Amino acid sequence: MLLWAMHFRWSRLQRSSIPWMEVIATTMIISESKPLEEVLEMLAGYDSVFVVGCGECATECQTGGEYEVNEIGKMLTEAGKTVTGSLVPDVTCQVLDTGRLLRKSKEAVSRADVILVIACGGGAQAVAASVDKPVVSGVDTLFLGDTVRHGQFYEWCSACGSCVLHEYGGICPVTRCPKGQVHGPCGGTTDEGKCEVNSENDCVWVLIWERLDEIGANKDAVASAAHEPRDYSVHQRPASRIFEPRRTK
Amino acid sequence: MKLTQAFQEQDFVVTGEVGPPKGATVEEIMEGARVMKDYVTAVNVTDNQSAVMRLGSLAVARLLKEEGIEPVYQMTCRDRNRIMLQSDLLSAEVLDIDNVLIITGDHMAMGDHPQAKPVFDLDSVQLLEAAKGLNEGHDMAGNELETPTDLCLGAVVTPASSYLDLQIMKLEKKIAAGAEFIQTQAVYDPATFEQFMKRVEGFGVPIMAGIVPVKSAGMAKYMNANVAGVRVPDEIIKRMADTPKAERKQVATEITAEFIREIKDMCEGAHIMPQGWDDMIPEVVKQAGLAS
Repeated sequence: MLLWAMHFRWSRLQRSSIPWMEVIATTMIISESKPLEEVLEMLAGYDSVFVVGCGECATECQTGGEYEVNEIGKMLTEAGKTVTGSLVPDVTCQVLDTGRLLRKSKEAVSRADVILVIACGGGAQAVAASVDKPVVSGVDTLFLGDTVRHGQFYEWCSACGSCVLHEYGGICPVTRCPKGQVHGPCGGTTDEGKCEVNSENDCVWVLIWERLDEIGANKDAVASAAHEPRDYSVHQRPASRIFEPRRTK
Repeated sequence: MKLTQAFQEQDFVVTGEVGPPKGATVEEIMEGARVMKDYVTAVNVTDNQSAVMRLGSLAVARLLKEEGIEPVYQMTCRDRNRIMLQSDLLSAEVLDIDNVLIITGDHMAMGDHPQAKPVFDLDSVQLLEAAKGLNEGHDMAGNELETPTDLCLGAVVTPASSYLDLQIMKLEKKIAAGAEFIQTQAVYDPATFEQFMKRVEGFGVPIMAGIVPVKSAGMAKYMNANVAGVRVPDEIIKRMADTPKAERKQVATEITAEFIREIKDMCEGAHIMPQGWDDMIPEVVKQAGLAS
């Protein structure tokens, strides 16, 4: 979660330094709405609901922006629930800011039996950290996605904790191969250069090989390189990092 | 007996294969292995093949050994982390297994438990390296073993891949990591295999051509459409399509024996994966001129 927070800090930094840039194509926490029936099932037994979305990733994924918060509000009302209020923080996983905003909506929050969060699981837990009410997540959080085109997200980084991109010309086999093959492809590369596990995906080793040509890299070095097994101890869950401020004002 | 020893003693080594069943029973595969016993040097035991949960390969390998059939214990990287992989290699040693074939393994998405967690803690190169370490008397963490293993390590490659450069690259890494023999993915066209063999000249490890007998035209078409790196030539498909069902095993036997005769002088052996047609192996070996 903190890694995600770091990312947002970074994207905010970018935004503040380039104020004219309206759309920032960036790495996002990709989420998907749960089916309404499933949401209603989780809300069974609760009469009143307060809804929280997120102005960052969940807005971009169309799972928890202003629009979706309004829409689910209408659907809940239709289903006989009372929606006591709603909130779309800029960045819901900013635990302190979200807590502050929820306290501002104290009255509406206190009238609710349950909080429905349609942001990533990090956002939902930021809400849970601030409110003594049951929290229900209305979305499934899927992956860390690069925005390739507007609304098109691809998992290119899996936050493994030990970056090896320099060994592969800048394309990650750990994430972009379903088996995480770091020494070369398995036998599952199709004649079209796709992955047999999901034929919509390119075999990452075909991509790496082409990329090494493009950038004029020394293929022999890559071809003979031995890679140590990944060290999972660097990414023990739950991970956290505390950074000291770089400079004071 | 280690396969490396067999390669020293024989010009051409043939291995067979059995696939453990879905269920706690071994009668049928044991019978299959018995049928091929006198015609092969060793019998591979597949490890939850096609990512379908089945009886374990180590147990079957041991049962073969008890019957005097030399097993090749297949081990995939799919289902175990490095602790269990190393532990199973030690188990293989105390169970008197001599040969281990190390492979990546089909992804669970292809099998009957697609919900399972994909492990792939090590890849095949890293597992070979780890197994070599156990042979040398230490584990992956550098701890000394009370008694080292003495396992003969094998690996695989896909000779008919459209991306042969990548396959060769990985094969070289497997050999550097400790592979002492190679059994290939199924290959049908002798010319394709010959080109592959030219690319691996001087690699210094025995290569066994992988053979999956084509049981029917339908099976061949299915493999061409769905199994990456496998290409059954039209000629074989036509021959099987023209064969009445009752004669298919006989024709498949002829096709397999013909293929072995064609590639016999190019490589060190053949690995026949009969997919349940175990009783064709004796006749294949005879027709290929490898036994009387």
